[in-house]
Amino acid sequence: MKDFRFWGLLPAHLLMMCTLIVPILIIIAVSVSTRGAYGGFEFEFSTDAYRQILFNEGWSGEMEFNPQYLFIIARTAVLAGLATLICMVLAFPVAYWITLQSAQMRTLLLFMVTLPFWVSMIVRVYAWLIILGNDGVIESALRATGLVEDMDTLLFNNGAMLVGMVYSYIPLMILPVYASIEKLDRALIEASHDLYGSRMTTLRRVILPLCWPGLGAGAILVFVPCLGTVLEPILLGGGKIMMMGNLIQMQFGGARNWPFGAAIAITLMCLVMGVLIVNGLRAMRQAQLKAESI
Amino acid sequence: MAFKHNVRQYRGLGPFTVVFFAWLYLPIAVVIFYSFNENRLVSVWSGFSLKWYAEALSNRNLMNAVQTSLSVAAIATICATGIALMAALVLVRGRNVKYRRVSETIVNLPLLLPEIVLSVAVLILFSQVGLANGFLKLVIGHTTFCTPFAFLPIRARLQGMDSDFEDASADLYANRWTTFRRVTLPLIAPGVFAGAMLAFVISMDDFITSNMLNSGGSTTLPVYIFGLIRQGTTPELNAISTLIILVSLIVAALALFIQARGATTNTH
Repeated sequence: MKDFRFWGLLPAHLLMMCTLIVPILIIIAVSVSTRGAYGGFEFEFSTDAYRQILFNEGWSGEMEFNPQYLFIIARTAVLAGLATLICMVLAFPVAYWITLQSAQMRTLLLFMVTLPFWVSMIVRVYAWLIILGNDGVIESALRATGLVEDMDTLLFNNGAMLVGMVYSYIPLMILPVYASIEKLDRALIEASHDLYGSRMTTLRRVILPLCWPGLGAGAILVFVPCLGTVLEPILLGGGKIMMMGNLIQMQFGGARNWPFGAAIAITLMCLVMGVLIVNGLRAMRQAQLKAESI
Repeated sequence: MAFKHNVRQYRGLGPFTVVFFAWLYLPIAVVIFYSFNENRLVSVWSGFSLKWYAEALSNRNLMNAVQTSLSVAAIATICATGIALMAALVLVRGRNVKYRRVSETIVNLPLLLPEIVLSVAVLILFSQVGLANGFLKLVIGHTTFCTPFAFLPIRARLQGMDSDFEDASADLYANRWTTFRRVTLPLIAPGVFAGAMLAFVISMDDFITSNMLNSGGSTTLPVYIFGLIRQGTTPELNAISTLIILVSLIVAALALFIQARGATTNTH
């Protein structure tokens, strides 16, 4: 019992080592391996998988530049970024309004924000499928009012995926933003007002700057899962508009190109790590600035 | 509260929030509403009926998927909570723990990586080890990503609690095990419960990993639903979804209730 410090941590470390750290090293190895004849892979060094991200092999073996996978990577980053931005714009006013309510009301409203989050992800995405789909709720409603006779489907485009992503992850934005607004010193807002700052000036010069840490925390919480999202592109994007998540999934499913899937997975992991590292450095610099100013 | 006199108030915030909440709950309401539709086509209303519920509840494959999901979630929750509890005790209460920060990062690693990468990791691992049992694969995979979700509430509870009680217990010659069983565990029980609950819900909800590891005989509920969705939307799917929503809401309310009770006992 004396060294509980060792035995207590052992299961957690063993679990993460065996199911995560070692397998990720294997993924890296697979991404530089050769594709097996019947799917899977063979440990034989080759950079084909990474080259495939950028180039296409012509029929006579010449390599030509093909940006299709770069487009997928870019689309993933842009959509995740847009979803994060929309979440910020929606979450801030809602979180602000909640902080103005009575204590009981605040608890209730925060519970209501998190409640949909408890409902299974696949059910939430399915809900948007029947709202936006062919003969879906929106289409039927528009037809009933006689505004439109026939319309293109609202599904299977970037917008549908974006709606799904924002809907799925917005509670992760509201909670940290709420926390940062809650902590805000009201006296500062009143001081700004006393100094003849209008409400808009106060918002821009006092409230928003003080809430950046909350918005930043929310942005990370939304952006990272959006980068790796799978269900939205498959169901709302129809599987035709690819994002990195379903591209990876395809390589280990139907397409059976494990080295290529591993290469994309490593790319995605590097992207996420990059975001987290940049964020960590920014937080460190801010803490430093704060320490210096005191 | 006059707008003029409250400088913290902004015009239009209230209506904006109301619209926001409507948007947040509209999809759920739509799913529930159309589950009572008698028509085969989801959004063409032709009358009230409960027949899709009868159909869902008598669907053998669905019930098998529910059973698989529940068993996987139950075992993964127990494993993850146990592992997380031990790790949290060491990382919060332990003195002179070496590499505390690194250890904490390792426990939380699944949160730092996109789940699709985790799922590829376990898939490749199992293919290398040659593990063929679908159920066991699911349990191991789920335990991994559930552990940090169990860990965080337990850690928060431990951090928010003074070690005075434990010290007092030690002063009264209780050994470590007795102290843990009679003092620490009852005090952090709400945190442990919250962690276990979170782990259970995350496991029940998981699609990406379960789908990646999907092999005959061990299909979880979300993977089964995904298969149905691909065949087209039906009111039966709405009925299944409504039942899931109902269970989720009950679980969420229960969790909130227990958390609120834990918070009040803590302040005394």
